[in-house]
Amino acid sequence: MSRIAHLIPEFEQWKTRYPAGFEGSLTIPCLQRIQQERGYITDADIDDLVAYLGVPRTQVDEVLGFYTMFTRKPIGRHHLQVCHNVSCSLRGAEGLVAHLCLRLGIGPGETTPDGRFTLSTVECLASCGTAPMMMVNEAFHENLTPASVDALLEALP
Amino acid sequence: MTLPAQVGTGRKFFMNFPVTADSHTLAAYRGRGGYQALAKVLSTGMAPTDVTKEVTASGILGHGGAAFPAGRKWGVVKLDDGEPHYVCMNADEGEPGTFKDRWLLEHVPHMCLEGLILASYALKGRHAFIYIRGEFDLPWRRMRDAIEEAYAAGLLGENIQGSGFSLDVVLYRGAGSYVCGEASAMLASLEGKKGWPRNRPPRLTVKGLYQRPTVVNNVETLANVPIIIAEGAEAFRKVGTAKSPGTQMISISGHIARPGVYEVEYGYSWERFLYEDCGGMQGGKALKCVIPGGVSTKILSAEELKGVTLDHNSALAAGSQVGSGGMIAIAEGTCMVRLARVIQRFYHHESCGQCTPCREGMGWMERVLDRIVRGQGRPEDIDRLYHISTANDGTTICSLGDSAGYAVTAILDHYREEFEYYIANGRSMHDGTLTVTDPFAESLARWHAAHPGALSPTLAAGAH
Repeated sequence: MSRIAHLIPEFEQWKTRYPAGFEGSLTIPCLQRIQQERGYITDADIDDLVAYLGVPRTQVDEVLGFYTMFTRKPIGRHHLQVCHNVSCSLRGAEGLVAHLCLRLGIGPGETTPDGRFTLSTVECLASCGTAPMMMVNEAFHENLTPASVDALLEALP
Repeated sequence: MTLPAQVGTGRKFFMNFPVTADSHTLAAYRGRGGYQALAKVLSTGMAPTDVTKEVTASGILGHGGAAFPAGRKWGVVKLDDGEPHYVCMNADEGEPGTFKDRWLLEHVPHMCLEGLILASYALKGRHAFIYIRGEFDLPWRRMRDAIEEAYAAGLLGENIQGSGFSLDVVLYRGAGSYVCGEASAMLASLEGKKGWPRNRPPRLTVKGLYQRPTVVNNVETLANVPIIIAEGAEAFRKVGTAKSPGTQMISISGHIARPGVYEVEYGYSWERFLYEDCGGMQGGKALKCVIPGGVSTKILSAEELKGVTLDHNSALAAGSQVGSGGMIAIAEGTCMVRLARVIQRFYHHESCGQCTPCREGMGWMERVLDRIVRGQGRPEDIDRLYHISTANDGTTICSLGDSAGYAVTAILDHYREEFEYYIANGRSMHDGTLTVTDPFAESLARWHAAHPGALSPTLAAGAH
């Protein structure tokens, strides 16, 4: 039984706006939807998607390896992604990362032992005028200060 | 939180209404005269070629960074070749320092969409695409809602306003890749593949998405189209300069007192923009240099900016470009070696790995810069950086690697003595400073106390 069967009606709805015959385009949107539900992509998900879209498995593997927003293994409940590109660095991104490292007891690329937080450093998120900033799961948090970061982390479950 | 509009001087096409909780909706946009350009085209039965003629006559230059004339790009597509034609809005805004498309997507999504519909009409498209970067959540929701409102109002779908013209729009979300902002990589991504750029010819206007003629335009370029059609090319050309008609959305960040998005009429004084509109530098510091239009454009020193105006010809004469309008102001006292290190980390991270000179060159340049900031630089390292940049230049499919070379060597050209000092002394001429006021200074000091000898929490090995 396909683990993505319940998502198929949604995928079919998306197809109606595409030119016919180019269903392979749905590879990325389908993977995004699956990841949104489960947090990461498993080998079984890839099998199911290959069967549904009829795309080569290598195409799916390449997509998962190429784009930074896909993950193949579980990460923390809250993904803290701090921009450390130029504009954010000019406004304190380094100190923001230091603050998070000290508070969470982990470094960039690591997850807290309780599985609550994963900390990452990322490149420009187009939030340069409101630096320093971080993305927590989907949401942008901007013009951060130590007090606002602490309050934010405490408010997260 | 949405991005506020900054108050600046000059005539405005986009920032001419008060932003409220619902000013982005269809009703509000219509209240400001929205979709009248589309109504004019459909009700008068304006020929698609006449729409393109108007856009060509407006002289509008692409706002994505390359400043290619939009009308000329459209004019290449052969309307009666019997093939489907596609238009794609490039909303994959990722050039560091650039966040002006985000403002347009958040606040005038319908204006962007009307431009896309007009472009599709002009190019006889039946399907259009909006490729938006994966990290844009609010802009994506705003555009998704705008598209659904447009379908419900009969502005998209079958037989729009009884004109016989039909159009479907796909909102496609990227998944984290800078190079997908490059048009051919974007189309590969839209096909559901990894975002690798491809060689031209054939041009995308001949063989693009699904091997069909495709026009890719930046968000801001398309958002200008309703203005050009509604008011006419002649009226449009009265704004801006002869060679750079219209306005430019500029996003400014870095050590500036009032960062944000501004709409500036081309031809405006650059210094006046920085010192008056943006309030000068943070903490009253002196300006050292600016990155004019995204990190891929060459820096200009405070001295070089004197007398320069914000338009393509003036920026080019000064030795740089308007680029994507992503301006970064840098104050005196900033360590340019550390800054170059941050820039090169970005290019290395984003190199897609397809072409050897870029795949290897980006990492090589990053490693050279990394050893310099760690105090292990070698006297030959400066020449090494120039050499890698030259060897890479023009040898790859897209210009990512070229841009990295221009960005880094422009910093070397301007501030060579800082690199020489760092290499000779094993430390920065400016104590490695990147900030003017650091809200997290105390946390950074505590981190350094806990990690004696470590360089930085963001420059640790494997911190990518």
